[in-house]
Amino acid sequence: MKRRTALKAAVAASAIVWAGAAFAADPIIVGAVAPKTGGLAGGSVVTHWPNIQLWAGEVNARGGLNVGGEMRLVEVIEYDDQTNPAETIKAITRLATQDNADIILAPYSTGLNIAAAPIMDKLGFPQITSTAATDQVGELSKQFPNMYFLLGSSSALANGAVNVMAEMRDKGEIGSRIAMVNVADAFGIELAAVAKPSFEAAGFEIVYETSYPLGTQDLSPIMKAAKAAEPDAFVAWSYPPDTFGLTEQAMIEDLNVKVFYTAVATAFPAYSAVFGPAAEGVMGIGGVNNGSADFLDYAARHEAATGQKPDYWASGMMYASLQILEQSIEASGTLDMAVINQYIKDHSFETVMGTIDFDENNNNASYWTVGQWQGGEFRGIASTGRDGAVAPVLKNGWK
Amino acid sequence: MTTRDWKNLVLGAVLLGIAALLPLTGDAYAIALGVNIAMYGVLATSWALFSGPTHYISLATAAFFGVGTYVTASGIDVLPYWALPPLAGIIGGILAGIVGLATLRLSGVYFVIFTLGLAEMIRQIVTWRQNATGHKGSYVLTDLTENHIYWQLLGVAALVYLAGWAIGRSRLGFALRIIGDDEQVASHLGINTAVSKVALFIVPGAVAAIVGAMIAPRYIYIEPSTAFTPMLSFQVVIMAMLGGTGRLWGPIVGVIPFTLLWEVISVSFPNQTTLLLGLCFLLIVYLLPNGFVGLFQKIHARALSKEAYQ
Repeated sequence: MKRRTALKAAVAASAIVWAGAAFAADPIIVGAVAPKTGGLAGGSVVTHWPNIQLWAGEVNARGGLNVGGEMRLVEVIEYDDQTNPAETIKAITRLATQDNADIILAPYSTGLNIAAAPIMDKLGFPQITSTAATDQVGELSKQFPNMYFLLGSSSALANGAVNVMAEMRDKGEIGSRIAMVNVADAFGIELAAVAKPSFEAAGFEIVYETSYPLGTQDLSPIMKAAKAAEPDAFVAWSYPPDTFGLTEQAMIEDLNVKVFYTAVATAFPAYSAVFGPAAEGVMGIGGVNNGSADFLDYAARHEAATGQKPDYWASGMMYASLQILEQSIEASGTLDMAVINQYIKDHSFETVMGTIDFDENNNNASYWTVGQWQGGEFRGIASTGRDGAVAPVLKNGWK
Repeated sequence: MTTRDWKNLVLGAVLLGIAALLPLTGDAYAIALGVNIAMYGVLATSWALFSGPTHYISLATAAFFGVGTYVTASGIDVLPYWALPPLAGIIGGILAGIVGLATLRLSGVYFVIFTLGLAEMIRQIVTWRQNATGHKGSYVLTDLTENHIYWQLLGVAALVYLAGWAIGRSRLGFALRIIGDDEQVASHLGINTAVSKVALFIVPGAVAAIVGAMIAPRYIYIEPSTAFTPMLSFQVVIMAMLGGTGRLWGPIVGVIPFTLLWEVISVSFPNQTTLLLGLCFLLIVYLLPNGFVGLFQKIHARALSKEAYQ
């Protein structure tokens, strides 16, 4: 069955309940395009889609969005772009011209968001990206003035990890021998390229360095070689499959390091579900403020509505992007996207990730860069200006 | 040239002319679909120029397409855009020539596997180079719109049809048809099979690289995983087969319904798209083994035989 039909039925049902109070207005059509299949589907079903489901459910449960005094329900139309930029572009065009969408949400990932930028710009929709990490924010926002960036730059994400380790070393907690590996793919290469000179500038000695192709199954030789180099810290600029694979190998080899860092997917709830107590002390990219009541409340609602926990990096940002849209629409009382865009640029927003205020490059300058599994929770330990960071702890074995 | 040749040429030109009017409708959705149809149309038609007569199934489309996108991605800051698609064509053609020399003595399944591996190999080389240089994402920021890309692709389509038409009437085309029927016989007839095959393998290689170079401004952010996606090679083969490879107009007859079918499925069943597409492939192969061309010929032959008996 069409997803849309199911949602329509749900909308119709809630509209009937609600019709007693007032005459139901037309729903607001919200278009969503992201991978359900293809290479990035594994990430988008954790980070992207559940938030849309949660948000639309919540908005409709409270009677819809208040647009200029009229309560209007939201109806979500979902398309799978199969992790293919040509499909993303086509689906967005289809949402705008065939489905007459009132709002189109930013798609998933760096590459697909950038591919969608010209068509979103032409259509005039605000494109509030929550899963795009790039160092080209200035150029992109100049060319596409309605593109916004929540997740931060790859340089800051990599340097965040370097700084955390430099501070630990300065305190005498760890030595200066680093083993660094990276997945040979876009984001992994970018992060490694930033980190290597930063580590060297900070006085670290890179005792082992290598890269492996995307999709490498056998990571055992890498971990064996890394162990033989006797590092004090192990850093992997990794993607989801290898984040899990390297951790597994580290456990098998009983890699004895004080800092163990893997990048993308370390912040996924599945990481601690798979490794249990062995995850304790593992550092990864991202982070959240686990002390924030707003975030804890969001995490609980996320789990109740979708049956799964949010991840501790981009999930909250994805939900924040929806909150920003919602607040802009209700405060400006219109669905005129030119007005909404101006509102987003001129105001700051209270979200589950804290206050968000875009700078002149449409960039959110305050975000988490490093987190760590502590006591079964992934907690933020470094950020570019967020409150609630906890102190890092030393990795102490794999039991 | 005969009157019939002239009629076909004029008809082809008129149809392309009509297709070129699409952007004037201003319907963004139709244009986005049009770009996809034009892209796959060009790729499938040029693929069939080589694979149709020789029966060598090439899965190398993604390799050449990817090379083309990277020509644009790495050249856009140095050269003007208009120089890039021709440059991509030259590089793609040279690459196809080298690959052809190395592999076209392979036959059957070995050739298929090699061409499939080629895209992966080039992708790994690109990745290795990026990794060695600490590469930052490749961005292609231009002012080109969907309309420009569409018209460029139609221009390439016109060239591919002309080339196909000319090859079909040349000694080379005749030689390839003989090779396709029986390579041994061909070589006994004195045909230099290797040279003929390599010469024609260069055409789809160069065309796919040109198309890749033209599509790069549409993707903006170029990654090895999207530039060298093996799905592209398979889609091109399936579309060409659905249409039929025996006629120059065959592949486009497959591309149009396939793209529309794809569209209907992805709109109606966003959660089961891949599954349903797989089922459609099976049905197509089962019900239309010779593609639409074969179906038309069957109907045509039946109509003729009916006339004969009346």
